[in-house]
Amino acid sequence: MSAHTDLIDINEFCIYHNVEISFIHSLHQSGLLDIVVVKETVFIQPEELEHLEKLARLHYDLDINLEGIETIAYLLEKVTRLQDEMTAIKNKMRLYDVSE
Amino acid sequence: MDFIDYYKALGVAKTASADEIKSAYRKLARKLHPDLNPNDKEAHKKFQQINEANEVLSDPEKRKKYDKYGKDWQHGDQYAEAARSQQRPRNDGGQFNNFSEDDFSDFFGSMFGGSSRSKRQTKYRGQDYNTEIQLSLTEAFTTHQQTLTVDGKNIRITIPAGVENGQIIKLKGHGGAGVNGGPAGDLYITFVIANHPIFKRSGNDLNMTVEIDLYTAVLGGEVMVETLNGKVKLKVVPETQNGTKIRLKGKGAPVYKKEGEFGDLYVTYHIKIPTNLTEKQKALFTELSKL
Repeated sequence: MSAHTDLIDINEFCIYHNVEISFIHSLHQSGLLDIVVVKETVFIQPEELEHLEKLARLHYDLDINLEGIETIAYLLEKVTRLQDEMTAIKNKMRLYDVSE
Repeated sequence: MDFIDYYKALGVAKTASADEIKSAYRKLARKLHPDLNPNDKEAHKKFQQINEANEVLSDPEKRKKYDKYGKDWQHGDQYAEAARSQQRPRNDGGQFNNFSEDDFSDFFGSMFGGSSRSKRQTKYRGQDYNTEIQLSLTEAFTTHQQTLTVDGKNIRITIPAGVENGQIIKLKGHGGAGVNGGPAGDLYITFVIANHPIFKRSGNDLNMTVEIDLYTAVLGGEVMVETLNGKVKLKVVPETQNGTKIRLKGKGAPVYKKEGEFGDLYVTYHIKIPTNLTEKQKALFTELSKL
C-alpha cells in the first residue's frame, strides 16, 4: 500500500474488487468520489472506502450506469436525511405522548 | 432456514428460460438491494431470498437438483452423494476423489452472492445485521456495557451515556461473513428508549411538570423536585403563574460522548386549584375577590 499507509491505493482496490480503473475516474469526474493524487498515484481516503464499495456494487451487480448512480446517490442522501428528521420528530412527539 | 419456492421468489414460471430468470432477478435486485434500502429489514430479507433463488436457478446443475428434489433438494443431493460414496471402491484413486470434492464444494458453497466460475468473481461484502436494544431512560443516561449474541458469538459493547431514542450505531465487521474473500458486513444497533413516567426528553434537555398548590403559588414557598441525581428543593417565588417554567442548569441528560456535560432540566409548574372548599374557605375567597 506504499508509504501512504492511511490512504487506499485505487489500483489495489480495483484488483481486489475486480473493478476497472476507468470506473473510479468516472466517479471522480461526476463528483461522486473524492480522490487524492500523490506522486501520480491515485488514492482514496479510508472513510471513502465503504462509499466506493457501494457505488461499485450498484454498477457491477445491478448494471446501473453512472447517471443512474448519480440519481441514486442523491436520493439515498435524501432518504437518510428524512429518516434522521423522522427520528427527531418522533422523539419530539414523545414529549406530548399522554398515553403513559 | 425455511423452504423458499425459488420460482415464486423471482416471480417466474417453472419453465422460465435462463434469460427470463436473469431478467427477473435483475429487476428485483434493483428494487430490493440493501444499498438502495437503508434500514429496511424487510427489503434485506427479500433480497437474501431472491439472491438465494438466483444462485440456484441460474446454475443449470443446481436448478436440476432443485427441480428434482424440491424442498429437500440439498439433502437429496447429500443422499445421492452418500450413495455414490458407498459404491466407491475403498482404494479409490485421487482422480475420483478430486472430482467429488469439487462437485461438493460447488454445491454446498455459500448460496448468498456466490458465483460460478464463468461469472465475474465478485467479492461480496457480508450481510449487514440489524438489531434493537431496549433501554430505560436511566440506563440510557449511564455509560454501561451489554452483551449481544450475534451468530452464536457474544459481543460486549459499551453503550455511552446519552444515547437517543432511535439512534443507530454501527459495529463495523460484526455482520455476516463476506463471500469470495469479501469483507464482513456491519452490525447496526438501534436504541429504543422507553418513556419515563416523570421526565420527557428533548435532545439533551429534560422536561417535567410539578404540581404546586394555589397558596404556595400565590404566597411563595418551597417545593421538592425529583431530578436524576435525587431530590432538590426549589424556592417558589410569590405570585407564580400557572405554566411558569424554571430551568435547572446541568440537571438534564448527559451529552452523548461528552463526559461531564449535561443538558438542563425544565420544570413547569402546574397550579392545583383547591376543590371541595369549606363554607369558610368559600367565604374567604369571596371576600378576597371583593377587595
